[in-house]
Amino acid sequence: MEITLRVDGQERRLVVDTRTSLLDALRERLGITSPKKGCDHGQCGACTVLLGGRRALSCLALAVAYEDAEIVTAAGLAEGGDLHPMQRSFIDHDALQCGYCTPGQIVSAVGMLAEAEAGWPSAVSADPDADEVVLDDAEIAERMSGNLCRCGAYVNIRPAIAEVARR
Amino acid sequence: MKPFRYQRARDVRGAVDMLAQAPHGAFLAGGTNLVDLMRLGVATPDLLVDVRRLACDRIEELPDGTLRIGATVSNSELAADRRVRRRYPVLSQALLSGASGQLRNLATTGGNLLQRTRCVYFQDLTTPCNKREPGSGCPAREGYHRELAILGWSQACVATHPSDMAVALAALDAVVRTRGPDGERAVPLTELHRLPGDEPERDTVLRHGELITAVDLPPLPPAARSGYRKVRDRASYAFALVSVAAVVEPADGAVRDVRIALGGVAHKPWRASTAEQALRGAPATAERFRAAAEAELSAARPLAGNAFKIPLVCNTLVATLVGLADEPP
Repeated sequence: MEITLRVDGQERRLVVDTRTSLLDALRERLGITSPKKGCDHGQCGACTVLLGGRRALSCLALAVAYEDAEIVTAAGLAEGGDLHPMQRSFIDHDALQCGYCTPGQIVSAVGMLAEAEAGWPSAVSADPDADEVVLDDAEIAERMSGNLCRCGAYVNIRPAIAEVARR
Repeated sequence: MKPFRYQRARDVRGAVDMLAQAPHGAFLAGGTNLVDLMRLGVATPDLLVDVRRLACDRIEELPDGTLRIGATVSNSELAADRRVRRRYPVLSQALLSGASGQLRNLATTGGNLLQRTRCVYFQDLTTPCNKREPGSGCPAREGYHRELAILGWSQACVATHPSDMAVALAALDAVVRTRGPDGERAVPLTELHRLPGDEPERDTVLRHGELITAVDLPPLPPAARSGYRKVRDRASYAFALVSVAAVVEPADGAVRDVRIALGGVAHKPWRASTAEQALRGAPATAERFRAAAEAELSAARPLAGNAFKIPLVCNTLVATLVGLADEPP
């Protein structure tokens, strides 16, 4: 099928087999390698991208089904070559070791902050009907539980996200 | 993955018509379970009819107070909806306790109901499984079944339904609205999923090509409180070992009415009607809650590796009901 994807602000036309995941379309066909293939089963979060501003797993999305979506990858977060505040904060806090899960962590954290901004509760929210979400350590850990880090860099990932959340 | 054709439906009728022509086709919404099962070779549709962009994406209030949830409303939007958070906290809590933020954004209301069991044998093509390949056998009864059923299972299948949302909907007396080749119908949530019997390949009573269009939540009495409690192996992002959804209407230290559904114990969300009957009109005490839980679980037939679920369900049910009874009005 011939499809058009809007990725990181650019329209890209390509021909794909219907079986192609959005992740494979981005990486193998368009050369956008910031979303990583970890488990390819929706369990690790390394392939996280924003679809219409909401974080989602590109390994479980079929490319043919997302022609309508504005897709943003970790590479697309850096506008005009300037690092996104979340990217800057991950560097400042040394919030990574091998770095493989990092683009997924960063995109997920950006999507998560937008959800908190919109007042979405989480499973650990003391008052699930509260108007404002306070992102303490427990909230950040719960809301980021879909992103695994096999190096165990969580102790620095949490403060990296908390610092951006405070701004 | 087996090759398949992909079609995007414009409206509900078109979607139903497309699938009626394709006996081996399937509807695609969020795809969070289906695409994975296709990659594993467990699901092999030759046509996907994409229903994600149908106009079933709203949550609306009907004149009689029913809250109608469109089938393509995402799990995250549903959990965050103010009306759901205030009137049906059990549903919001159940949704938020399931999956991860990324998955909840993709997953839909209709799709969540139709997700398949996570029994390891069902997902492994190299092993027999009566649900995946009828008549091939069930290794789970003698094999790995820690997460599997203690109630309502059959010799053919001991799988559990993995949804948290469906457990809350069972306690809320939700009604599933569908449209199929034979027209529209309304199915009570508690009758949507089946017990395995000798046809474990059929998870639900839906017929081929029948599309879930909405889920209706009837209004609760003003005094009712509701909550969801989930027990799992890690603090987040794991399926339930057991879970409890409860709606309690208290009156002067007693239980005027109560509705209870259990997750992680059966092939479907398990409505605990024995416990409910024991509690209607009874004093709202931990002792009575425990007696009711034990009465419900007296029907349990645990397997060698999951008998722990019986006390776990009892304790979780007591804790849930005590918490709701103690909640300030």
